[in-house]
Amino acid sequence: MSTIADPQTQITDPAPARRGSRFWTKFRANRAALLGGVLVTFFVAVALLAPVLPLVDPTATDWLAVRKPPSPAHPFGTDEIGRDVLSRMGWGAQASLLAGVVSVAIAVLLGVPLGMLAGYLRGWTDAIISRMTEALLAAPFLILAIALAAFLGPSLSNAMIAIGLSAMPIFIRLARAQTLSVMTEDYVESARAIGLRDGALIWRYILPNIIPPILVQSTLTIATAIIAEASLSFLGLGQQPPAPSWGSMLNIAKNFLEQAPWMALYPGIAIFLVVLGFNLLGDGLRDALDPRDH
Amino acid sequence: MLAFLGRRCLIAIPTIILISIFVFGMQKLLPGDPVLAMAGEERDPEVIAYLREKYRLNDPIVVQYLHWIGNALRGDLGISLRTNQPVTELIGEKLPVTLQLAVMALIIAMVIGIPAGVLSAYRKGTWVDWVANTIALSGLSVPNFWLGIMMILLVSVKLGWLPASGYQPLSEDPLQSIKTMLMPAFVLGTAIAATLMRHTRSAMLGVLKSDYVRTARAKGLAEGVVLVKHALRNALVPIVTVTTLLFGELLAGAVLTEQIFTIPGFGKLVVDAVFNRDYAVVQGIVLCTGIAFIAMNILADAAYRVLNPRMTDL
Repeated sequence: MSTIADPQTQITDPAPARRGSRFWTKFRANRAALLGGVLVTFFVAVALLAPVLPLVDPTATDWLAVRKPPSPAHPFGTDEIGRDVLSRMGWGAQASLLAGVVSVAIAVLLGVPLGMLAGYLRGWTDAIISRMTEALLAAPFLILAIALAAFLGPSLSNAMIAIGLSAMPIFIRLARAQTLSVMTEDYVESARAIGLRDGALIWRYILPNIIPPILVQSTLTIATAIIAEASLSFLGLGQQPPAPSWGSMLNIAKNFLEQAPWMALYPGIAIFLVVLGFNLLGDGLRDALDPRDH
Repeated sequence: MLAFLGRRCLIAIPTIILISIFVFGMQKLLPGDPVLAMAGEERDPEVIAYLREKYRLNDPIVVQYLHWIGNALRGDLGISLRTNQPVTELIGEKLPVTLQLAVMALIIAMVIGIPAGVLSAYRKGTWVDWVANTIALSGLSVPNFWLGIMMILLVSVKLGWLPASGYQPLSEDPLQSIKTMLMPAFVLGTAIAATLMRHTRSAMLGVLKSDYVRTARAKGLAEGVVLVKHALRNALVPIVTVTTLLFGELLAGAVLTEQIFTIPGFGKLVVDAVFNRDYAVVQGIVLCTGIAFIAMNILADAAYRVLNPRMTDL
């Protein structure tokens, strides 16, 4: 079967290398997307390297340095129990990025197969999956995440599950629409005509062709998920103290606005920059992968 | 139009049933026995048995669901464990507060987002477009609860212009009510303004290329008239649809905004219910927002038809 199908792949996908180079040329020309890439790389590096960076223990308290403004010893100041804000932000990057990536992975791993199944099988399967998706989409993203996090109990892993499940319907819809679109292509018809099984058809022809829009949506959803995790942590439903997280740092900081404004300033800037980075990167990927825009 | 609305409502029924199953199942599928929590620390077997009977927890799950949905259809969403008030009454009390916040936020979002989108499309590729896009993207990337904190710091703590928190009912003192709600509405409105600006820009870019805009210009009409009367009027169709659909975002954003500015609305009710494990309230809120969102979807479709009479095949 594969010997017959292989030439088909070559005919329908004649120049992947050229397509790849066109993507890179367009992506590199987009300065905003490059800035997004730099921001994301920086925060990923901080999150990964937090254990080896010269940061003090993020949970170590110092009662002699309570709510101290930024200084050479504490570049971003200290919090209400004398913990170093810079160190907590470095370690907090782990929680934020982990939540963004893991929750989107949950949404993609559950949503894309369901969406592909609905688009490929149509009929009753499609009707049931589509109605379920509509029902899930009807509840606002954050309210759904808060409700799920409330029922699951407050913790970072439960927040990731709640955000992932809340983001899943977007991927079901996207994968379904893309599958329906790919199914009308001639190469899918040809592959069917030569008797390729459903599984092989989905795996070799449909999945590779729906990956680009899923990738773009994933990047943009990571941005939303990071804000959602920060929001849940801000409400006390995400990362639990004393473990650092940008959202929970802001939750405490709001009580000391007059005395220690730096406690609220820096974690907020960090969330803003990393979310901006993912948004710029997502927009850049979408433009570079869009075949209509040369 | 009535037939169209009727058809759309019928189509919405299966979705509403699914939402109700999901909301009901949320509590049933998860570990933990709510009766044990209600029975207090003594956990008297007689009390537990009484509570099980009272809340029909010994019935099969399908019977429990039918009982619950039957009550919900009659407007009975249960009793709040925390306040002992009916959930419907609680939601009815808090909803007007959030609606005031949402309406003010939407007005601010439209005042900022639509002109910025029109200007950005009209000046495409210039510095005006770049600035508008950068601000919009920043608006989408900034967490609104952080923006709220920073606004309190600047406007209330440093400048002392507006109160940092509190709520005054509109019916008691309209001016003070608007004053206390202005900053929260601005915070909530910024993210919506960014989305609205992007959609307005995109819709205007399409319309500005059309033949009737070219004809209007060829007739020698003033540029302002061309932009507002000919271009914006036609671009309004997708803008109105998006605005209606932003309702969900407004409600979700209100949860955090109300928390920061201590506004006793729908959002604060959710958070308080979550922390007090007041499941009936959480379920009631998710069910109500879901149904409201579907209603807004139907309204958006209706608005689409009114604004664009060519759309008859919906």
